[in-house]
Amino acid sequence: MHPAPSIIIFTTLSGMGYGLAAILGLGLLDPGAVATKVAHVLALAMIAGGLLSSTLHLGNPQRAWRALSQWRSSWLSREGVMAIATFAPLTVSAWLSVIEGRYLPPVGFLGAAMCLATVYCTAMIYASLRAVQAWNTQLTPLCYLLFAVAGGLVISALVGYASGGDGILVPLLAIAASIAAWGAKRTWWTRLRTMAPLSTPESATGLGSIGRVRLFERPHVNDNYLTREMGFKVVRKHAVKLSNLAMIAGGAVPTVLLAIAAFSGAGAVATVASALAVASYALGIVVERWLFFAEARHAVTNFYGG
Amino acid sequence: MKSEQRVALSEPVSDEVRKTTCYMCACRCGIDVHLKDGKIRYIEGNRDHPVNRGVLCAKGSAGIMQHYAPARLRAPMLRTGPRGSGEFKEISWDEALALATRWLDEVRQSDPKKLAFFTGRDQSQSLTGFWAQQFGTPNYAAHGGFCSVNMAAAGIMTIGGAFWEFGAPDWDRTKLFVMFGVAEDHDSNPIKIGISKLKKRGARFVSVNPVRTGYSAVADNWIGIRPGTDGLLILSLVHELLKARRIDVDYIVRYSNATWLVVDAPGTPEHGLFLRDKDGKAQIHETVTEQVVPLGTSGARAGLSGRVELPDGRFAVPVFQLLAEKYLDPQYAPEAVAKETGVSAEVIRGLAAEIARVAFDEAIVVHQPWTDVNGQRHDGFVGRPVSFHAMRGLSAHSNGFQTARALHMLQVLIGAVDCPGGFRFEPPYPKPVEAHPTPHGKAEHFGSNKPLSGPHLGFPRGPEDLLVDGDGRPMRIDKAFSWDAPISAHGLMHMVIANAYAGDPYPVDLMFLYMANMAWNSSMNTAGVIKMLEDKDPASGEYRIPKIIYSDAYSSEMVAYADLVLPDTTYLERHDCISLLDRPISEPDAVQDAIRWPVVQPDRDVRPFQTVLLDLGARLRLPGFADNHGKPLYKDYADYIVRHERRPGIGPLAGFRGSKGDRAGRGAINPEQIERYIENGSFFSAHIPLEAQFFKHANRAYQDFGVRMGFFDEPKPVIFQLYQETLQKFRLSAEGAREPVAPETHRQRILDTFDPLPVWYRPFEEAAVSPDEYPYHAITQRPAAMYHSWGSMNAWLRQIHSKNPLYVPGAICDELGLATGDWVWVISHHGRIKVEIARMEAVNPSTIWTWNAIGKREGAWALDRDAPEAKKGFLMNHLIHELLPPKGDGLRWSNSDPITGQAAWYDLRVRIEKAQPAEVSEPHFTAVAPKRLHVDELRYGQEWAK
Amino acid sequence: MTTLPSLPTPKRLGLVIDLDVCVGCHACVISCKEWNTGGYGAALSDQNPYGADVSGAFLNRIHSFEVVPEGGQVIGEAGEARIVHFPKSCLHCEDAPCVTVCPTGASYKRAEDGIVLVDEDKCIGCGLCAWSCAYGAREMDLAAGVMKKCTLCIDRIYNETLQEIDRVPSCVRTCPANARHYGDLGDPSSEVSRMVAERGGFDLMPEQGTRPTNKYLPPRARKPLAASSAVLAENTDGARGFFAWLDGMLDRI
Repeated sequence: MHPAPSIIIFTTLSGMGYGLAAILGLGLLDPGAVATKVAHVLALAMIAGGLLSSTLHLGNPQRAWRALSQWRSSWLSREGVMAIATFAPLTVSAWLSVIEGRYLPPVGFLGAAMCLATVYCTAMIYASLRAVQAWNTQLTPLCYLLFAVAGGLVISALVGYASGGDGILVPLLAIAASIAAWGAKRTWWTRLRTMAPLSTPESATGLGSIGRVRLFERPHVNDNYLTREMGFKVVRKHAVKLSNLAMIAGGAVPTVLLAIAAFSGAGAVATVASALAVASYALGIVVERWLFFAEARHAVTNFYGG
Repeated sequence: MKSEQRVALSEPVSDEVRKTTCYMCACRCGIDVHLKDGKIRYIEGNRDHPVNRGVLCAKGSAGIMQHYAPARLRAPMLRTGPRGSGEFKEISWDEALALATRWLDEVRQSDPKKLAFFTGRDQSQSLTGFWAQQFGTPNYAAHGGFCSVNMAAAGIMTIGGAFWEFGAPDWDRTKLFVMFGVAEDHDSNPIKIGISKLKKRGARFVSVNPVRTGYSAVADNWIGIRPGTDGLLILSLVHELLKARRIDVDYIVRYSNATWLVVDAPGTPEHGLFLRDKDGKAQIHETVTEQVVPLGTSGARAGLSGRVELPDGRFAVPVFQLLAEKYLDPQYAPEAVAKETGVSAEVIRGLAAEIARVAFDEAIVVHQPWTDVNGQRHDGFVGRPVSFHAMRGLSAHSNGFQTARALHMLQVLIGAVDCPGGFRFEPPYPKPVEAHPTPHGKAEHFGSNKPLSGPHLGFPRGPEDLLVDGDGRPMRIDKAFSWDAPISAHGLMHMVIANAYAGDPYPVDLMFLYMANMAWNSSMNTAGVIKMLEDKDPASGEYRIPKIIYSDAYSSEMVAYADLVLPDTTYLERHDCISLLDRPISEPDAVQDAIRWPVVQPDRDVRPFQTVLLDLGARLRLPGFADNHGKPLYKDYADYIVRHERRPGIGPLAGFRGSKGDRAGRGAINPEQIERYIENGSFFSAHIPLEAQFFKHANRAYQDFGVRMGFFDEPKPVIFQLYQETLQKFRLSAEGAREPVAPETHRQRILDTFDPLPVWYRPFEEAAVSPDEYPYHAITQRPAAMYHSWGSMNAWLRQIHSKNPLYVPGAICDELGLATGDWVWVISHHGRIKVEIARMEAVNPSTIWTWNAIGKREGAWALDRDAPEAKKGFLMNHLIHELLPPKGDGLRWSNSDPITGQAAWYDLRVRIEKAQPAEVSEPHFTAVAPKRLHVDELRYGQEWAK
Repeated sequence: MTTLPSLPTPKRLGLVIDLDVCVGCHACVISCKEWNTGGYGAALSDQNPYGADVSGAFLNRIHSFEVVPEGGQVIGEAGEARIVHFPKSCLHCEDAPCVTVCPTGASYKRAEDGIVLVDEDKCIGCGLCAWSCAYGAREMDLAAGVMKKCTLCIDRIYNETLQEIDRVPSCVRTCPANARHYGDLGDPSSEVSRMVAERGGFDLMPEQGTRPTNKYLPPRARKPLAASSAVLAENTDGARGFFAWLDGMLDRI
């Protein structure tokens, strides 16, 4: 699948945004701290920015409101509905924190739950597509959820230190969530790289009873919408390198940095270390998301020699 | 459900439907052109049309994009920059026609042979030939010489007709169909319709072709033969059939010259010629009375074998004796030819067995009494339901004439010509050679300011009819009908530029070309031809070919090399006739012709070429084009189509003649004729009575029908010429036994190739180059969605073939370490090209190939300069020379069939070497046209979006 | 309405494509483009039509595959590779994922005949339906920003301004080799259903669980020529025997 920057930015930004909002909703941070206030605004901005970015690839964005109508069958529609609905508790929580410096658990918990539900909907857009076998597994929403939570925790750790806190709960949770997320992702990758393809050129053409099937000529010489959108291919060797990079940047480095932060006590070191952890984590997620698309092989490529 | 949209289901397709004839290839299907708001909305096949019965191919449906292509020329143009620069200024038609008239008139007054007038994919040869004849130049032909003259000439000289426009398989009855090397458009939709009929009936379809694409892909059996060896395969089939005694003896006795006696008197001028009486009648051996009697003697039992001593002491043998002896020879056994052809002995034997089984064990009868030309009554038509079709794959070799003859001989031996289930003639064919003219162009045939004394093209009956001077030197610029190519019935268009450039046999002043892309895909040695067109005589500073007039509708590569460009219309803006005098569209059961008419009006300053030609004819005061006062005889081409008469009552169109429009074939001029055609869907069809539908060559009812229709003025039955006497006359000349004797230089070649019985010999290029140095064949295939070079200016079609890879057999890839996407040098004795390859398995293992004419020159056809057609597309033509490699006799022979001069495109031998990856294929030529406006997006029909 | 019809549609209109006959001529491809670029919905645009990256929206395309026998069914001359031309357009699946994923309701399957359509006025051009289709049946029109797909020529098949015989999809009407057939695959007695039954028509990628309406007919099994090679009796011992036979034949004429 073509790793479109708009979609990578969308899932990365909104994933981390929802994760942060969810953690904020749990009330683990001091609602009065400036950094927390900033975090509320940041979470909303990331979510909104992500959503905005996702509309960039639409052919007719002016009709985007119509996407809210088919929540009964469409995960994309559900995501849209949830995303908009989630703004309500998040805005209230943000208002309370930013203006009033307080935290209201029912609103916070509701917001957190809705954030995770939204991320789940996003993940299910991909996981429900049988035509993309790599995505078509419950591991996909699991990874999305864990990455969101881990991302939220990593940022929360930074917020905590930036507010002058010295707690180690959040960074430790962040480390735990990150390990869990990358563990799940490893399983996802293992599945991707070892699974027998559901569809083959033989099953796509029904000609397997005659022999081995190979594309001789494309229908049209140049790329078309389908090959541009779904024919993207990444060399296996490169994919493995990049997934290692993702795990190191998104998993190992933040873990080390957060551990340094946690054991250095509050202060500049912890803040800088956790800030670096956020940056490294974000990098890891961008690479992971790029691979999420780039490595996924669409069934239509069976018709295009892919 | 409540939210389901409301779809407009019953919108009218268009405001109006106009029925005309397609010209996206040479197939000439009927089309319904739907017009909406004055624009073309949709083109579909005409259901009533006998050629396509409603279907239409990709090219036909893409007519819209052809019509609105930016590559269309806009107005007459006069060259301003050097040739090839593409720099022109637009001029008015008055200026253009005045200039053309001046140039033409100068030549006509001084020396008419200094005009070379050649037309390409022209469907108006009856007019262009007539014009050239009235002009008086001997130098006229259309493109048949580089297309398929081998097929046409061999067919006419053997059975009185050939494939495609001369006849077709009996699709509804045939049970075994064998197709040899067929390019997609010969014939396009009828073959597809036919194949689907075969499939439906469970008939077997065998395809002989080195490449298994297109029709071959759906064949029941594919014989991936080595190029140029089809003749050997066919003769091996003949060997097997003779050996198994599976031939139709009755048929060959009745309809062929199998019984005719051939003089056996070596060294005499009659040796190998038919024994004839004083009246020229062929003689047979009557085996009951043991006497030699004239052919047609009633009650005679003609011998097919033996050797007869003649009263004068000479001997004579029946044709069939010679034939059987020749082909029963073990050199034609399947085992003996397997290696050469690349076809296993079992497959050859299997094919022969199937032909025999179907022809004789599954014979069919159409119960319709009929009478033959000898007055004998028959209860029905016996059918041998085996049919054949062949085209360029056989004919574009230097042994193509003999190969095509071999195929016709095979058809005759099993009794499958024009019978139910076999190959069937389409009127006005069959026609014996005697019904065709001899060529005209000898010195006494033309002169200043007068017409040529007869038609340019025809069939020499012997060396005496050659167009040569007293020293045996060619009279025509293309050397047609010379000792180089004695039976070049369609001329040698592919040699015109090279010969004119070399001044051999003489230089020309003016070259006038129509619709032939000679500066690109229609020439061998394209780069060399471009140089010839650009080259100037240093002494005079003039171009070696001083003046070139070119007419085309599109900015093809050739346009840049013209001095004066006469822009043609598209096929939707013009009148045309698909005439029985030219290249007919008849069916075996019906006589047919058709027209085109302007279904849309030109939106620019272009004129139909035929109308322009009539105008030029009148301005030049050519007889037949202007009256004594110089007044034009015809207003335009439509007027000519209706009012021109070739013989009294015979005009370009056969339908709706007579003052009431109720006469077919012969009849007075009907001023309403074109309107009547339009009312009838732009075609005319007259059914042949059932008793006249088969054995047309010898069927009295058909012969009478032909006379009524005006095909000929008296019956012209055909006796199939298994043994071709004309060829033997050339051999006698080559032996020095008969006048005129052949030049010393040509003798061996004639002896080797002019066998009066079909032979196979190794294609010349293959014989001339080392098999180790050039181990592979390189050929092209015509893609179904493109016709020659027409297609790259078409926004829809070009997406299918934006570039062409070189397909290389898997075994060669493995041997040379090549994979799809690699680049190679392809090297012939003449040149080298650098191209991208793709691997393929379903191909003859010694044959590399590519799609024909996809490669375009940068800047041509109004494509962007970086179009894939120009960057990665390529032509095989760069590897093919118009001359064979020197062989030490001091001569350079033309790369053509020695009998007909047909261009031997498929004789090419190459080797390949791995090359560095690249972005641009080589050779690459600089742009021929200034940069054009870039069109970013096309949304055809958006205004009608609902 | 992006939920699929709850009941099986009374008619299941679709195509049957005969791979035994398709010669890969692309007639259907261009006829489809030509009909649909001025018909249902936005024009089928072409980007860079005369340039390097020419690419347009097509609703029907022909792929060519090379099939190399590998111990499978032996066809043609044993062991030889062959080319199969393979037309492909929307299969109008019964479980069409392209319909259920659509967030706006633009994609729908008609309850009366099972045709899958896009209501272009509702389409936001998100492309998810194209992602969900394993067959590559949907292509975005880049000029209009809406998803295009085969409509089974809905503006032909019910078009009362056309003659009855012409109320078939454009691709079917134009196919020179008669490789495309249109009909009701929900009616077991229809010609298309009988063809499928007789010829062993199959689904593409049944494992995707989409239950396509369109069916493909496989290339017919073939008998090699070599199998006939023993049939031809060898009667002639050299030319002499042949001429003796010939003489006998002449007596019978």
